[in-house]
Amino acid sequence: MLMADDSSNPLRDPQDRRLPRIAGPCGVVIFGVTGDLSRKKLMPAVYDLANRGLLPPGFSLVGFARRDWADQDFAQIVHDSVKEYARTPFREEVWNQLAEGFRFVPGDFSDDAAFGQLRDTIEQLDRERGTAGNHAFYLSIPPRFFPDVIGQLKEHGLADNHPQSWRRVVVEKPFGHDLESAQALNAVVSEVFPAESVFRIDHYLGKETVQNILALRFANQMFEPIWNSNYVDHVQITMAEDIGIGGRAGYYDGIGAARDVIQNHLLQLMALIAMEEPVSFDAHSLQLEKQKILRAVRRPARLDLHTARGQYAAGWAGGEKVPGFLDEQDIPNDSRTETFAAIKLGIDTRRWGGVPFYLRHGKRLGRRVTEVAVIFKPAPHLPFTQTATEELGHNALVIRVQPDEGVTVRFGSKVPGTAMEIRDVNMDFAYGGTFVESSPEAYERLILDVLLGDPPLFPQHEEVELSWRILDPIIEHWADLGPPDAYDAGTWGPNSAVEMLARDGRVWRRP
Amino acid sequence: MSIDLTATNASKIASALLLERRKAGSPSMGMVLTLIVITDEGDHYDALKAARAVSREHPARILGVIRRPARGAANLDAEIRIGEGGSGETVLLRMSGELAKHPESVVLPLLLPDSPVVAWWPAKPPEDPATDPIGALAQRRITDTASVGRGRSHAILTQATHYAPGNTDLSWTRLTSWRALLAAALDQYPAKVIGGEVQAERVNPSADLLVAWLTQRLKVDIQRGVTKGPGITSVSLRTGGGDITISRPDGALADFAIPNAPARPVALKRRELPELLAEELRRLDPDDVYAQTAKSLCRIAERTAESPAKGSASTARSEGPDSAGSKGVARTKSAGSKKSISKKPAAKKVTPKEVTPKGAAPKKASAQSSARS
Repeated sequence: MLMADDSSNPLRDPQDRRLPRIAGPCGVVIFGVTGDLSRKKLMPAVYDLANRGLLPPGFSLVGFARRDWADQDFAQIVHDSVKEYARTPFREEVWNQLAEGFRFVPGDFSDDAAFGQLRDTIEQLDRERGTAGNHAFYLSIPPRFFPDVIGQLKEHGLADNHPQSWRRVVVEKPFGHDLESAQALNAVVSEVFPAESVFRIDHYLGKETVQNILALRFANQMFEPIWNSNYVDHVQITMAEDIGIGGRAGYYDGIGAARDVIQNHLLQLMALIAMEEPVSFDAHSLQLEKQKILRAVRRPARLDLHTARGQYAAGWAGGEKVPGFLDEQDIPNDSRTETFAAIKLGIDTRRWGGVPFYLRHGKRLGRRVTEVAVIFKPAPHLPFTQTATEELGHNALVIRVQPDEGVTVRFGSKVPGTAMEIRDVNMDFAYGGTFVESSPEAYERLILDVLLGDPPLFPQHEEVELSWRILDPIIEHWADLGPPDAYDAGTWGPNSAVEMLARDGRVWRRP
Repeated sequence: MSIDLTATNASKIASALLLERRKAGSPSMGMVLTLIVITDEGDHYDALKAARAVSREHPARILGVIRRPARGAANLDAEIRIGEGGSGETVLLRMSGELAKHPESVVLPLLLPDSPVVAWWPAKPPEDPATDPIGALAQRRITDTASVGRGRSHAILTQATHYAPGNTDLSWTRLTSWRALLAAALDQYPAKVIGGEVQAERVNPSADLLVAWLTQRLKVDIQRGVTKGPGITSVSLRTGGGDITISRPDGALADFAIPNAPARPVALKRRELPELLAEELRRLDPDDVYAQTAKSLCRIAERTAESPAKGSASTARSEGPDSAGSKGVARTKSAGSKKSISKKPAAKKVTPKEVTPKGAAPKKASAQSSARS
């Protein structure tokens, strides 16, 4: 690799923290460039990176899709998506710099000629733009096309890593739909690309708030002593969406809430909340700690009592009348796909023994929110009369992942007045005010990390596999049951989820 | 919302701030620092506008300090603004009479508890910011020698001479994107640099700092050329295999050229004040690299003073006796075969003072370029 490490470059100094890491010479090839993700996230993120001066001079972006486009048509598409979705202001000179590196290759994934052309294009870029043979292939396509594309990349010599340059592949979730398919998928990818060249994007891990979980836990003294089963009663991890499945029927039917979100985002969040302190923040140490947690996860013995699933029915959500899941376009009338899933997990470690983790995700819930709530045990003794503390609940520390990013601490405080009366109050830290302008989109961070070859924020295949091992038996259990419990759109899920916590003497927090 | 208080004092201002916050319905404070802007009647509008823009990224209590002529009775007038396109609070303090000599007595009670204090002189800075009464309250002192009316090249030298931990200058901040690109160039082409040149308009503190930084980091002579600007127009670093050149004739789009690769355009915009200020506020601990650069600037100035003949495009020998030993030698471990250094065209303006045995720079060149592969 042509990139020198910091120590050999006299202009770099670890003390010099103003200097950003600029990726070395490289380019990105996006497959599925016409898709939503590519238009709304990837291309704007590329522009934002260029605007912040973090892309190398000569950076090139190659689009690959089944469209009859010339390079200029492609540039127009990128232009439109950047104008509409980019985070930073549009600047002509940045655009011009970037646009010179746009190429488009029309073709099918099974089309040998197209991949031959892709190869020529890349070689031409290496000569003309100095991308030096470093290219990342971004597979923004359904997994069923992976074998085709990856096979073609291999066949045309596009995946070969040379000692002087790198080739990386970026894949999006879903990483399979169960353990077996995840392994098959991994076999396809790893046959061509070595493990360190495979970057699995879980965009949640690129979020500032998620990274802040590590800062909050490991940079502070005041949280760690109570971060264990002596003080923590239970943990609730919620990711709620207020929208339905929208146009994703084709993908969503048969997949459902647990596979779509719990397997990746929520289990990753749980691992970050629960893991021990890594020896350093390099990729390997982080993965090691996360894997230890995922390995230590214990499913409840009675899945019927400690899991819940639901499917939204027609109703009024946020002032609008919305259809039920079964009425959505392209969803069969008898679909048993769940749009709400809640599960209880234990972690068999000394720190977490006996502390349940409740994970829930659903569509068409009350509002859009993702948060992690660590709920503490009640004080062992209250020197107040019972009436004084009737309104006092559990102390809680809530990490608000999105929207309204921040941290809330909930504790009891005296109500002003003559009588001793205690109730819960919130203490808020809001990123909204503090860091919002500079907060980069998760995709910016992740794309830059791919180009720098910096893998800490990307889940490895082992984690994916462990997650499926946790989830598969639950999904199999559900498959044997009847249809999921219906819940009205715009509410917080089916009754069975409420009962599931009530069995443990707990209630869901209203996020 | 704007409130005027006349003939007031710090504690009345503090209660007015608290009252306003409660009225707005949000009594808790999300502000992370106090930013003191030392300005005057003429410049305060622009300076406070930039400060408020920055407060969206770094919510701050902004204290604008205007010192009026010290004649007449001591008086303090304050103008409080909350909301209005920034987050946090802005107080404009006008001090006159004898009070103008004691501005710190007004500012001290208005600092946010425990959180960092930053002092910023948008125009003329004190000679020694760290001992300035207000500067002494702050752990970060931001000057801007490029906006000093007269004697700008002298101004940056004054600041460099009086460097104290926590001092920084916006002409240093303006260099970040240049420095990032130069570092990236050496990442891509890790060859030993044997000389170089910075071209910029005649008076440009940033260019002087860039020369000092490159001299200090690369331990070679860096020339200072004069062009029409705007700002810095080009930087080139000579290596055994050819020149690394970044040229930006128009202040917006630069050309990036390294040996053995096609030249490429790269956006290199001159940044606006709020952007520069925001970068400064992102880190509030002393900037060690700026400290080294300031020191290097002073050394270069001393040497120029010793051999005055050459004027502004003077040659700066790199190493003081202390720095030559440790770092320079550490990087030479495997000095390989000599390579074409002597073939350098003599026509270059650079006077490649062939280096003393101690530095042995030319030999290092080949070691580095062979390591590059």
